[in-house]
Amino acid sequence: MAISKEQVRHVAKLARLSLTDEEVQMYTGQMNDILTFAEKLNELDTENVEPTSHVLDMANVLREDQNRPSLDRDQTLRNAPDKQDGMFRVPAVFEE
Amino acid sequence: MSLLKQPIRVLHKQLKNREISAVDLAEDSLKRIGETDDQLGTFLYKDEEGVRERARQLDERKGDLTPLSALPLGVKDNISTKNMLTTAGSKILANYTPLYNATVMEHLEKEQVNLVGKMNMDEFGMGSSNENSGYFEVRNPWDLNRVPGGSSGGSAAAVASNQVSFALGSDTGGSIRQPAAFCGVVGLKPTYGRVSRFGLIAFASSLDQIGPITRNVEDAAYVLQTIAGHDPMDSTSADVDVPDYLSSLSGDINGLQVAVPQEWMGEGIDSGVKEKVKRALQVLEREGAVVEEVSLPHMDYAVAAYYLLAPAEASSNLARYDGVRYGHRIEGENLVDMFERTRSNGFGDEVKRRIMLGTYSLSSGYYDAYYLKAQKVRTLIRQDFEKIFNRYDVVVGPTAPTTAFKMKEKTVDPLTMYLNDICTIPVSLAGLPAISLPCGLSEGLPVGLQIIGRPFDETGVLKVAHAYEQQREPLPEPNAVGGEV
Repeated sequence: MAISKEQVRHVAKLARLSLTDEEVQMYTGQMNDILTFAEKLNELDTENVEPTSHVLDMANVLREDQNRPSLDRDQTLRNAPDKQDGMFRVPAVFEE
Repeated sequence: MSLLKQPIRVLHKQLKNREISAVDLAEDSLKRIGETDDQLGTFLYKDEEGVRERARQLDERKGDLTPLSALPLGVKDNISTKNMLTTAGSKILANYTPLYNATVMEHLEKEQVNLVGKMNMDEFGMGSSNENSGYFEVRNPWDLNRVPGGSSGGSAAAVASNQVSFALGSDTGGSIRQPAAFCGVVGLKPTYGRVSRFGLIAFASSLDQIGPITRNVEDAAYVLQTIAGHDPMDSTSADVDVPDYLSSLSGDINGLQVAVPQEWMGEGIDSGVKEKVKRALQVLEREGAVVEEVSLPHMDYAVAAYYLLAPAEASSNLARYDGVRYGHRIEGENLVDMFERTRSNGFGDEVKRRIMLGTYSLSSGYYDAYYLKAQKVRTLIRQDFEKIFNRYDVVVGPTAPTTAFKMKEKTVDPLTMYLNDICTIPVSLAGLPAISLPCGLSEGLPVGLQIIGRPFDETGVLKVAHAYEQQREPLPEPNAVGGEV
């Protein structure tokens, strides 16, 4: 087994997903299948191979550090599930 | 007869000569959508009033028409459209309306296109059958019991059934090319960096590209001409000149060197598909091309590498959906509880599966074994293609190993679904331009021919595709949907 139920629960927590017991069961089986399939890559010797993170030959694309117009605050808040006084509103972060 | 069956060049001429109007085109599109959309499920959002209003304005406007002026188009729902609902096929963005246009939409609006609406898709682009849409599935206009392919299935099915003149899709591991193949239309994935990704809702940022889905190769050249080019808003957009794509369509492929990977013509490829691809290769030979078999030794590892890399990038990109700034929210007992409820409720099964896989392969202790290993294998796959392109002009093979499969046939086991992408994924990992165009029918269903080029050589890809298309036997129209075509 590449991955256990406990590990699946742990990964879900890292990914901020809450899973039912049925989902844990399902994902454990499916992730095992996929990870077992991925172990095929170990057949290849990649000792002296550089990794490719993306295909273009470019790095550190910079622009002048100048002020530019940005999104309007009221407009931006139009899509917010909850807002107050021109800000996004979320449940309390600290316990009282 | 539906006006929208005509190529862009013909529609443009008829509009210029005032033989048809923008209103005619808009009404034609809406009529066809009315006849077929209940069966096909292609649209997630339709702007009927807006389409009619823009058509009226376009007819009143004096001045020059550009080739795409007044043409009704559908845009995949992961491409941001200002003030028009954009959900990426996900419940988590059910009520999201972008404040800005994707760069491709800015280009198209300058050409005065007429945007009809947003096309159904697999949630966030994750799927090969459109059965992973967060809303409803799309059906194939050739056979309503079969899938249209994915993830740009809505775009491909809409073009195939003449609902729109052309559509935009996006391709991460085959999401333009495979649905184009399954629906019998043309789909072009440009070189990574050719078309701006600004405003494209990210799935796997090192792979995603926007491209056209059209009825013929020349139409794809028109659309690419409009959307290609450097964009300072996308730091991975390449500052490379955009050639005149239309003028490359000469039909002359005499002396062209064509490589056919044996890995894509052997086991695992449906015999009907192989037969049609072989016939297409004979057509190329007849036109003067030199066709030779080659080997891409690492192709067998591409799907495994992709399903580590793409989910890893996705798990990071999709962290933004937390119910705070936009989209869907489920209230919880505290902040973390709110995050978890929102995400668990808003994402579908496949998206959760990929977030989990990606989180796992990026997590401490597994990064080297899975993610880094896959990045190294990605290098080997790129090198396979580089070697071939030292000697050959294009690589040709099937787009998909089968024709459109039946609905629910591959939903139980995610791996069987993933393996449908064996011919498109390697090309995505190498960032190369590729087109899929129909090369005949197998048991009544379209077969896709894939033509792959060197980086930024969309010109070569279009030229070969166009030369083949000129010589191909005409295809029938899909007839599984109602109404007069």
